[in-house]
Parts: sequence; structure tokens; C-alpha cells
Amino acid sequence: MMTSSYRNQTHSGVAGRAQDVVHVPPPAVQSAVAHGVLSAFRSVCGEDGVSSGEAVREQHGRDESVHRCCPPDVVVFPRCVEEVSALAKICSRHSLPIIPFGTGTGLEGGVSAVKGGVCFSLRNMDQVLDLHQDDFDVTVEPGVTRKALNSYLRGTGLWFPVDPGADASLCGMAATSASGTNAVRYGTMRENVLNLEVVLADGRVLHTAGKGRRPRKTAAGYNLTNLLVGSEGTLGIITKTTLRLYGVPEATVAAVCSFPSVQAAVDSTVQVLQAGVPVARIEFLDDVMMDACNRFSSLSYAVSPSLFLEFHGAEGSLEEQVKAAEDITRYNGGSGFQWAKDAATRERLWKARHDAWYASLALRPGCKAYATDVCVPLSRLPQVLVETKEDLIESRLTGPIVGHVGDGNFHCLMVVDPDDPEELHRVHLFVERLARRALAMDGTCTGEHGVGLGKRALLREETGPVAVQVMQGVKDALDPRNLMNPGKILLPREL
Amino acid sequence: MSGRVLVGVKRVIDYAVKIRVKPDNSGVVTDGVKHSMNPFCEIAVEEAVKLKEKKFIKEVVAVSCGPQQAQETIRTALAMGADRGIHVEVTGKDYDTLGPLQVSKIFAALAKKEDAQLLILGKQAIDDDCNQTGQMTAALLDWPQGTFASEVSLEGDKIKVVREIDGGLETIKINTPAVLTADLRLNTPRYATLPNIMKKKIAQVKPADLGVDITSRLEVLRVDEPPQRLAGVTVETVDDLVAKLKESGTI
Repeated sequence: MMTSSYRNQTHSGVAGRAQDVVHVPPPAVQSAVAHGVLSAFRSVCGEDGVSSGEAVREQHGRDESVHRCCPPDVVVFPRCVEEVSALAKICSRHSLPIIPFGTGTGLEGGVSAVKGGVCFSLRNMDQVLDLHQDDFDVTVEPGVTRKALNSYLRGTGLWFPVDPGADASLCGMAATSASGTNAVRYGTMRENVLNLEVVLADGRVLHTAGKGRRPRKTAAGYNLTNLLVGSEGTLGIITKTTLRLYGVPEATVAAVCSFPSVQAAVDSTVQVLQAGVPVARIEFLDDVMMDACNRFSSLSYAVSPSLFLEFHGAEGSLEEQVKAAEDITRYNGGSGFQWAKDAATRERLWKARHDAWYASLALRPGCKAYATDVCVPLSRLPQVLVETKEDLIESRLTGPIVGHVGDGNFHCLMVVDPDDPEELHRVHLFVERLARRALAMDGTCTGEHGVGLGKRALLREETGPVAVQVMQGVKDALDPRNLMNPGKILLPREL
Repeated sequence: MSGRVLVGVKRVIDYAVKIRVKPDNSGVVTDGVKHSMNPFCEIAVEEAVKLKEKKFIKEVVAVSCGPQQAQETIRTALAMGADRGIHVEVTGKDYDTLGPLQVSKIFAALAKKEDAQLLILGKQAIDDDCNQTGQMTAALLDWPQGTFASEVSLEGDKIKVVREIDGGLETIKINTPAVLTADLRLNTPRYATLPNIMKKKIAQVKPADLGVDITSRLEVLRVDEPPQRLAGVTVETVDDLVAKLKESGTI
């Protein structure tokens, strides 16, 4: 969803603070890297498997967030879990930070090497292993992206439905607990990872559910799999993930409807879910976004809050689902309900949703965009959206809204002039207010994108001191010297 | 008109796999390597299923020639919406030497046997890149051919085909029965779905049953990888660059 930006700014970025970003690594790291560690790395992953080139390091020190690029001191390219383990042992011996890197498509600065160190680029481990069609599971290495997996599966009738905006590494998606438009029906990564192979900071290889195991459910011991899901590289390097697959729907129907108010759209969403309609996607676009889409694609959608829906099911059953949804929208004052079954018309109906990012950027040519990410209980969504829109107007900011409304999760696409520090500052404050507004409504400061660098303080507000202490305890148990992706998720301990 | 369409589908090494040549240079490594339906065959199946959905034709029959594993490819076609499958059994050495001429003879025989109105193939397979089977089959049947199709529409008992050619697009109108070969932009193939696979049948037949002799007249002598790319040389100054270019005789 994000475009890379801001790395030429002199300030620390919209969501980061000056003291969070340390551009020059401490002397110990520099000298260790300079003296002989490189040859140790080369003996593990070969001459081609180690790079200190500036361009390669910069490429591995940034993602698609607003955070400034913090390049590591060296990038290594292991080819198998044995090499990852050997490299981790070397890093551990020399106290070098370890930063795992998948596709670099994160949105919260997760790969910034704030203390320098060694970036483990896992792109050469790119095999789809162990597909079990009858059991609906598959194991993949970190170099496999979600689109690559679905392409691999295309002849089998199976697919992996979690679809964040980017074509992200599946192991990276596990590390950030990613989600997508399909979550309302198919869940997020938390619900769809069965097992992980993880290399810990000391080089030990952990199988969170036991090596090779893939039961659909288990009650065995602590849930280490979901402990690692969302740990953003701070507890270990994920080298394999076993995923839950689903049958490709026999038929798909897409629908669009506009509403007189945000409340009407959200009420319809709640009622559709309550009615048990197995809707696969419900996406909300606010009036500003609809207007942007009309301008961008020369369309004539109604400029008012709208829902974009998609239904998956068997050929026969879809008509009933669509009818039920249509009745509900009409009951709530919705109008212009259109639906389509064939691929071409479905594309056309959903065009506004697909172009949302580009349509937003087109509102202010020359600007960059940044997606906020909060999630609240469904019933609080109308209030938080109304207050957020008022805040946008008062703060004189451009922020069309797209939401996975079936989950209570929405994104303001902040379109901002990267050369205007005053505007950037207003965005920064707005984003903090938005997060706190969500927290005040029993929600979370991040529905999908993770904590990374910029939301560490908000995490502490969200979960409270006891939870943070427990998280710190877990971190200390698995990585006592804080080598795994330092500076992410948890704030530095007060001494 | 029978309303029946035959679609040829070939099992090939998956497009995403890195191909390796066998150490004895007799061919490429296929053991343990992921195979799937040739991408142009997927487009052919999609077009046939679309024609059936629009009610221009009544039945889609997927055909593949090869060993037991060819049935997987036929099953993918069934999962995309084909009605039934025909597996033409060709195994071992016969399969290794099976090429467009023999396959054309098989398809021609089947087209007659099944009273097909239309035969749709992918324009070429991504393993041999021959781009011959469709054209040869049409010649054997003495049927018109619409090759490199990027758009197909049925108009009564004729077919309008927009073909992708070097100069741009050529539109032709041909009689049925006919042979079409699918080009990249004809459509976007749908994903296979599980429920579609359950109730459909795959019939087995041998080339001899169709009166076809599959002896090959070609012998592969040797298979080599393309030459390795040589490392480049960096130079410090423009003068060095010019000197090197002169040295190599480039300028």
C-alpha cells in the first residue's frame, strides 16, 4: 500500500522520533564487522552470499514505510536453515544485531537496522515444500511470496487467501501477523499459520508445533506458533511456515452500494454479518475516496459512503446471499445496489476499490501517501470514522478513507507534501490522535501493519504495563542480549 | 453441428522452475520437477469454457497425450470447467520422442471420432516452443485455422478470429469446423476449483486404437545450456574504457 519516501528528509519521519533512529552503528559493531567476521560469513554462505556494497545495504535498510533508511553493516544471503543457524551463531558470538529481511514491503520500519548489524536476506530460500492437497496445507520458505504460492497452486483448486496490498513474503507476513481484504471470511495470519521453523538468536532451530507436524488443531503445550506470529523479527528468524489452504470458491459475485451516511454503511455491514451471510470481502470507501476515484478513472459513482462486497460460494447459493445483502442495504437507506458474476463486470464494479491508492495520490500530484491503520469493535466504527473525518478537516489534511469494515479496520491514506515539514508534523500529530481515539474505543493502534519503530509507545498504552513486562520477559528468555531486530515493538527498558 | 469442442492440453515443466540440463546432455531434468498445464493450453481451456458459458457450444472435452501423469493435467482442465477428458496413453521412449507431427495425427483422429466442431490448442508449448501442432492438425483435417488468436467470436456457422501478427492485428472469418490456437491475450484463465473435479470422467485410449503410428522421425542428438554469462570488467576512467573497446576490436 505504501510508497517509499522521506529518506532525504532531515527530520526523523512522520511517525518516528529523533531518538528512535540511530544512523551510525556503535563502534563495537563496526569493528567486529571490519575484522574477520565477513570471512566467517563467507565460509558459511559462499563468496556471493555476503555483501557490504552500499547500494545493497541501503536496499535492505528500508521498507515501504515513512521511516528513514537505516542500512545494516552487511547483508548475508543464506540458502538453507543450516546456513541461517551458522550465521546466527557467528552473530551471537560477536554480539551483532540480526535483522531478518523478506520482501522489504513492510509499512512500519521493521527492517530498519537502527543499531547496524547483519541483515539476513532470505530471498534465496524460495521453495514451496510439502504441499498436501488432501490436508489443505503447504509449507513454504521465506522467499515465496503470496502471489507466487497461489500461482503454484493454480492447478490444484486450492489457494491461500490472506492478501495484504503488497506481494509480500509469506514468512514475512507471519512475522507481522498480516491481514487483507479477505480476513472477514478467511481470517488473518494468526488463524492460518499451523507451524513455523524458526532460528533463534543463539542459532538453535525451533519448530513451534514440532517438526513436520500439521494437524488442523492442537491443544499441545504453549502456543509458540502464535507467539512468533507478529513478533516482527524480534524473537527469531522464520525460515519455514506451514499454512492452512482453502478451496478456491466455485463462484464469486461482486456488489457495490452507496449510503446516505457512514452509520448506514456500518449498520448494513453489521446486519449482513449477523444474518450469517458468508461474505468474503466488505470494503468501505468514504465520500472523499469515491470522489477521488471518479476523478481518477472518469467514473460516475455516487459521491457518498459506499460498500464494496464480494461473496464466495457454490454456483446455486450465491443468488440468495446477494438478495439477502441487498435487502439489508435497502433497509438502511442504501441505493444503487449493483452486482455482477462474470469476471469482467466484477472488475469494473470494483474498480474504485482497486484504484483507491492511485486515485488518492492523484488528488495531489507530487505528493506521497502514507496509510494509517487502526482497528476498533464494529459498533464503534461509525463514531471513530466521523470523529476522524472531522479531525482531517480541522487539521487541513487530505486523507481519503478505505476500510476493511467487516473487521472494524480502516486506513486513512494521508496524501502529504514531503517537502513541507509543517504539514508532515500535522500528519504526525493527527496519526497519534487517531491511534489514541481507537484505543479509547476499546480498539488497537494497529490492525494489520504492526508496531515496528513508530508505535512502540502506543503499544505500551494499548496493552498496559503488565503486558509489556510479560512481553519483555518473553523477549529476555528467547533473546537475552537483544540481538534480534533491536528497536522494534518494545521500547528500551528504563534502567 | 455437434456443439463439441476438443481442447488439447499438454503437461510441461512449470514455467517458474529453473531448468537444468542432464549431465549426459540427452535432455533436461524432469524427475521430481514441478509440472503443470502449459500456460497457452490454460488459455485454450478458458476460451472453450467461456464459449460454453455463453451457450455457443455444448460440451468441452480436454485431451492430453502422455503417461499416467497426463491425467493430472486433464483434471486441471476439468476443474476449470471442461466436461470430460480423454487421456491418450503414450509412455516411456515413445513419450520421450512424441512431437507435434504425431500429436497432430492423434488430434485429427480424435476430432473426427468425436465429431468435433472446434479444436482449440495453445499456440505453442513452453518446453519445445514448436508452434506446429495446431497448424499441422488443421492441414491433416483439411480444416481452416485461426492461429495466434487474441479474440474469438462465433457468428452462426462461421468464426471471426482476431490474430496477433508481426504487423499488428489481422481479422479473419473462417468456416467451422476449424482449428484455433490461443495466444497470450485471448483471455485470463480462471483458477481451478475443487467441486468441479469430483464427478467428471477421463476415458483412456491408445494411439493404435486411433490408427496412429507414433514412430518419431526425429532424433535428439544433444541438449546444451546456453553459454554462461561472463563476468564484466570495471574500468576506472573513460580513457581506460576507450582503450578496452579498441583492444577488443569493438571500435
